[in-house]
Amino acid sequence: MGWFRKKEKPQEVVTEKKDLWTICPSCKAHVYKDEWDKNFSVCPQCNFHDKINWKERMDILLDPGTFREINDNVSTADPLEFKDSKGSYAEKAEATKVKTGMKEAVITGRGKIHGIRVVMAVMDFRFLGGSLASGTGEKILLASEYALRHKYPYIVVSASGGARMHEGIISLMQMAKTCAGVARLKKMGIPYISILTDPTTGGVSASFATMGDINIAEPKALIGFAGRRVIEETIKQKLPDDFQTAEYVLDHGFIDQIVNRKEMKNFLYKVLRYWKAK
Amino acid sequence: MNLDFEKNAPEIEEKIAELTKQKATDPNAKVDDQIVGLKKELDKVLKEAYAHLTPWQTVQVARHPNRPLLRDYIAGMCGEFIELHGDRCFGDDKGIIGGFATIADSHVMIIGHQKGKNLEDNVKSNFGMATPEGYRKALRLMKLAEKFKIPIITFIDTPGAYPGADAEARGQAEAIARNLTEMSQLEVPVIVVVTGEGGSGGALGIGVGDVILMLSNSVYSVISPEGCASILWRDGSKAPEAAEALKITANSLFKLGIVDEIIPEPIGGAHRDYDGTLQAVKQALLKHLNILRRVSERKLVDRRFEKYCRIGRFKHR
Repeated sequence: MGWFRKKEKPQEVVTEKKDLWTICPSCKAHVYKDEWDKNFSVCPQCNFHDKINWKERMDILLDPGTFREINDNVSTADPLEFKDSKGSYAEKAEATKVKTGMKEAVITGRGKIHGIRVVMAVMDFRFLGGSLASGTGEKILLASEYALRHKYPYIVVSASGGARMHEGIISLMQMAKTCAGVARLKKMGIPYISILTDPTTGGVSASFATMGDINIAEPKALIGFAGRRVIEETIKQKLPDDFQTAEYVLDHGFIDQIVNRKEMKNFLYKVLRYWKAK
Repeated sequence: MNLDFEKNAPEIEEKIAELTKQKATDPNAKVDDQIVGLKKELDKVLKEAYAHLTPWQTVQVARHPNRPLLRDYIAGMCGEFIELHGDRCFGDDKGIIGGFATIADSHVMIIGHQKGKNLEDNVKSNFGMATPEGYRKALRLMKLAEKFKIPIITFIDTPGAYPGADAEARGQAEAIARNLTEMSQLEVPVIVVVTGEGGSGGALGIGVGDVILMLSNSVYSVISPEGCASILWRDGSKAPEAAEALKITANSLFKLGIVDEIIPEPIGGAHRDYDGTLQAVKQALLKHLNILRRVSERKLVDRRFEKYCRIGRFKHR
């Protein structure tokens, strides 16, 4: 390295130092980034489950090297040619694609969980809040049809604020479309497991995400239909802090278990062993 | 409620009413010509006013408090209605009603949102915002129709599913999701009519069908224009812009392939002419009942699945 580069060095050190630590968004504990990552972005102090991207999720749940993506050509569409005060949806979608390297808010494919073949759909909140729109709905349906054809269990990991407004009614109809896929799995006896992560709300909670043969959630995940503010305005009351948490939803009978991220893969394996067991 | 785009139509209507009253008290009053003239003028004004409604104006018509409600349709269209109550789990929602009914010679199951005509009724029915009990009652009646092998007709007119804490506690999301799932497999014909407001998941929760019909001044949207405006425009008063962008009118939805047929409303909107509206809806229903009756159970389910698969299926490289 030449002497003239030396000037930049202090700056690099600062960035390195910042990268060394992760501050837990919940308890504000300083955790070594290495430790944070090794713990699957879960705070070792308070068990806060941070949002993770689709790739991290697949790595956690699937046997190494077994993931094969399907329908990776499906991308966003702009059926309404939607524009709002900040510009066009087409541009916004394009920028999101560049930022995330994804074409839609869900990645689908097949893989193995301790040797058991499964079909997976993993939503990624980074992509327009994991919103459900034409491409998302299409991929979730195509993956369920793939599971149906191959008779593999279907697992969907949700992380979504709900339907994507920019595709209007087309987004709304994806709720019906994905559920129609779920109905066919049920009819043919193919297991469907839904994993609800933070957040799973609106049109996603009101469609495939709550329709699992088994519904599992991560600790403290926000799960609900209407937004907290809307409800508070409707009933003119403050809602308790634990309202619409995974714990609340478990208590009200809509999920089977809350499972920690690091135990999720084993949990799925244990449950899937019961399918067609002797 | 006054709709400003109707211009002087309300005044003309008032004049006609006055003259008609005069004629009733004094049969010799020479007002017939005047009434005929005024009626012609009214038609002209209304035709012009309704020919080019903006999406936001259409929203106002779709929400008009005098628009016919489900009980009006049932009273005017059905020879018989046997109302069936309760979800067998928790309660009986007044925001979704249903039961056996006859339309001409057809025996059907009618299910739909019920708004109120006055505040008292609206409090009972939550302004047509259904609770989980409403969706579960609807599903129970649909399953009953399937067992009896009679077609199902659903009427949609809701601002949305009820956003209350109790509704969340009892699984609003699950109730809607279950309906979407089960409706896709029903082995009897399902005809959906959007008569007023099609408010998002609350509408879709009873809106999965073989044929989707829409009254010409009704709307159907993923989110209310006000809600969309406050999120994407950060200003609820931009609702007219949002209404335009969301493409929520019958015409737009027909072009998008979501709606199969638009039922034209009488001149001046459904709130002006119940008989005309009810007859138009009845004729459309009878037509589609006749067509769907000839389709086998198996084919109905397959076609319905294909119909929803096609929505949002675009060519991707």
